[in-house]
Amino acid sequence: MHDYDAFSFDSKAEMLEKSAHYWNPDKTRFWSDSGIDLVIDRREGYLLWDMDGRRLIDVHLNGGTYNLGHRNPEVVAAVKKAMDRFDVGNHHFPSLGRTALAEALVESAPAGLTKVAYASGGGEAIDIALKSARHAMQKRKIVSIVKAYHGHTGLAVATGDDRFAKLFLADRPEEFPQVPFNDLDAMEQALRGRDVAAVIMETIPATYGFPLPDPGYLEAVKALCERYDALYIADEVQTGLMRTGELWGITKHGIEPDILVSGKGLSGGIYPIAAVLLSERAGAWLHEDGFGHISTFGGAELGCVAALTTLEITQRPEVRSMVHYIADRVGTGLREVQAQYPDWFVGIRQNGVVLGLEFAHPEGAKYVMRQLYELGVWAIFSTLDPRVLQYKPGILMTPDLVEELLDRTALAIGRAAADPALSRRRAS
Amino acid sequence: MSDQPQTVTAPGAAGHLLERARWAARAYASYSASDVERIVRAVADVAHAHAEKYAEWAVRETGFGVVEHKVRKNQACSRGIVDAYAGDDFVTPRVRIDDKIVEVPRPAGVVLALTPSTNPVATVFFKVILALLTRNAVVVSPHPMAKECCHDAARLLARAAVEAGAPDGIVQSIAEPTIPLVEALMGDARTNVILATGGTGVVRAAYSSGNPAIGVGPGNVPVLVDATADVRAAARRIVESKAFDNSVLCTNESVLIAEEAVADQLVREMERAGAAMLSADDAQRLRDSMFPQGRLDVDVVGKDAAWIAQRAGIRVGPRTKVLVAPFDTAVPEEPLTHEKLSPVLGLIRVPDASTGIATARAIIRIAGAGHSAAIHSADPGTVMRYAAEVPVLRVSVNVGNSTGGSGLDTNLAPTMTIGTGFVGRSALGENLQPKHLVNWTRIAYNSDPAEAMPAYAGLSPWPDHHAPVPAYPVPSNDERAPRSHTPAHVDALVDRIGARAGAGGVSAGDAAFREQVRRLVVEELSHLIKG
Repeated sequence: MHDYDAFSFDSKAEMLEKSAHYWNPDKTRFWSDSGIDLVIDRREGYLLWDMDGRRLIDVHLNGGTYNLGHRNPEVVAAVKKAMDRFDVGNHHFPSLGRTALAEALVESAPAGLTKVAYASGGGEAIDIALKSARHAMQKRKIVSIVKAYHGHTGLAVATGDDRFAKLFLADRPEEFPQVPFNDLDAMEQALRGRDVAAVIMETIPATYGFPLPDPGYLEAVKALCERYDALYIADEVQTGLMRTGELWGITKHGIEPDILVSGKGLSGGIYPIAAVLLSERAGAWLHEDGFGHISTFGGAELGCVAALTTLEITQRPEVRSMVHYIADRVGTGLREVQAQYPDWFVGIRQNGVVLGLEFAHPEGAKYVMRQLYELGVWAIFSTLDPRVLQYKPGILMTPDLVEELLDRTALAIGRAAADPALSRRRAS
Repeated sequence: MSDQPQTVTAPGAAGHLLERARWAARAYASYSASDVERIVRAVADVAHAHAEKYAEWAVRETGFGVVEHKVRKNQACSRGIVDAYAGDDFVTPRVRIDDKIVEVPRPAGVVLALTPSTNPVATVFFKVILALLTRNAVVVSPHPMAKECCHDAARLLARAAVEAGAPDGIVQSIAEPTIPLVEALMGDARTNVILATGGTGVVRAAYSSGNPAIGVGPGNVPVLVDATADVRAAARRIVESKAFDNSVLCTNESVLIAEEAVADQLVREMERAGAAMLSADDAQRLRDSMFPQGRLDVDVVGKDAAWIAQRAGIRVGPRTKVLVAPFDTAVPEEPLTHEKLSPVLGLIRVPDASTGIATARAIIRIAGAGHSAAIHSADPGTVMRYAAEVPVLRVSVNVGNSTGGSGLDTNLAPTMTIGTGFVGRSALGENLQPKHLVNWTRIAYNSDPAEAMPAYAGLSPWPDHHAPVPAYPVPSNDERAPRSHTPAHVDALVDRIGARAGAGGVSAGDAAFREQVRRLVVEELSHLIKG
């Protein structure tokens, strides 16, 4: 019997059965078929426990949502306390929480970003960003990257991979042209007609396996935007909040974007919130019609408290230093592993604690993921490039946990390399 | 292994301070002897260069002590400490061939250094340098009364350490220390050892924290002058020592015990040296003023003699450095037997040296067990009995005790932290010194002569470090940026010098050479910055 106060399940098997029956049959089956029988139960810091009690180190973090760890005690304490005074708030009115968070976000952001609009999740935030760009530029086209991922809401989904856009007949190629990553010529080609409202870029495309922008690429894209009168939207959902060793990854490129989007980790993993930071130009609609985008839960005041606490923690000089140590230690450790399996573990893409590990097989990351899972580590393959494992250590990881993680990772990569199924497929 | 962090008691940012220190300590524990020497020297130099600034600041902020004496302590606790341990190496493994034992140093890790209000910056300098000598990270928790000067000094040392190549976060300090915060830091499992210098409360709290602690008890120093003493020299030394930094050191003399035969002469000589001998009436005025309800009024701590006399309604000459207050019985209800932390010296006359020793025992029974005593005598028999019978762990002879017990004017280990040993409820019986912050892993071979120990000489597990630690997280595909990131101005200089040297026949592309030049330039720059 698994009793969770508000509900209970007799067994994990019963739970999985009901999950498929009432909730999402395909997703439930997908993980069973993948050999990952994970049902996350207890969670604390960077550790997860499956329903059957198995402990896992979490380096998936649900895309950085748990950047500060699961149930970070400071965020939990702040939200608990806030619940004695606040609720989600009323989006019609000037709001205490939204105003305070907006000020903190603007102060934290690259110069030129002066206003904040709120969403209840990253997809909605991207929609706000795209709508803001269209309003400001009075143009309709949005250029994005092939294999980009910006969420699943109405406009956001059209900027991403076909798989999700076509499923719901939401692909609109004429309004949402895509260009290959790291291809400046293609980008210039797309912008040359001066009919593009904005280019939207993940600073490092996450779901595509964190391919790193070539040195100078993002800077050149920004320059092209300026030349052809398009806005630059930095999707910092996975690269923001100190994951690259600076609060916003885009600042490492010296870029001042017109719009910056943050989500996931901004919530502290405790109360959903996402935010769009806008320049005066991009946020012009906020002067013209402040009711232009309405979201009852967007910027819920409890979420604002979670985000304020998250931002405060994330901006501590001690934390920045810790991230640099973690990145250094993880990078060094992985390079040592790579030296042992150079033909199998063929690449390390790293910027801070954003890491993509490349393996020499079209689905190599799935094999490593399974071995890691067996060895007590949860990391996920890249949906849009399953050669690459997303490997995302949290920014507050302790030295001991980092070393334990590296030990387990070395073993898993070695075991995957020796997987007979894999060598058969590689040979074929 | 445990899934829970052991004991994480430090809240929020303070916890992250310890966490950062832990990373820094791990990194620093792999530094080589030459790395450590370079870093310690750089830190000591910058501390020494700022000795005056922080002496003034400490007096201004706390109202305790004398600037010129604090300058001396700051100097002694910066370059002085480094010079004192110049020949010692707490980094290189030690090979004991005959014992077939090799000792590999293992630093404590994160040192939580509590510093007092009375010796604020000198103690910051001292503990930081001790930690750096032994490859530890240090978190300074200053006394709230001295937090600004201490925090600023710690940050200066932190910058100097990192400039010289130490890991980021190796020296940190608490800007806003409060009792609950300090208790949380002390109890947190991320603290590896607490160095507690301060009041009894904080020392007991350190020992109760559950973490290893080196805390020391209070002093209350008796000084015996027997009939064999060089009375004139003794008088001068006692007055100077008592006046030193307005007597805020725990090693300053508290009670003068004079053998009757030389007492009058001693008093005369002391008056000549700047002491004012109080009448019985004035001594009472002083008791009433300094010890209302029998407890020391902390307002007098570290004030000068004239200020204290004036407040008590006693007239003394303007050049008076020390007030000498006579009393008759060495019992706890006599306030003058207690620690005074001000230039007020109790004086009791005794008929002979044996009574003097018994009186010193009585003083220590009241307070100051395990700390220090002083004696001025030419008779080694008396000195030996004094040392054996008075329960203290250091007896300075024919020297002022303020700088004698602390090792500045004796060959004791120079220190700002005096171990009071078991008798003084402390784990430390010596003057705190670097060796107390490092353990040694001992490689021990089979003692059977048939089993030989191979040669270990010259084997060291620690490489030299030449790049910032940790490396700046540049993207892994960015070949423009080296993995170890050096400030641009340094790179520019290296290129310029390298090009010049290259013309002279050395290949500027030679990596080792470039590294050497880079190091020299960094060192030179850090000297310039230190001014």
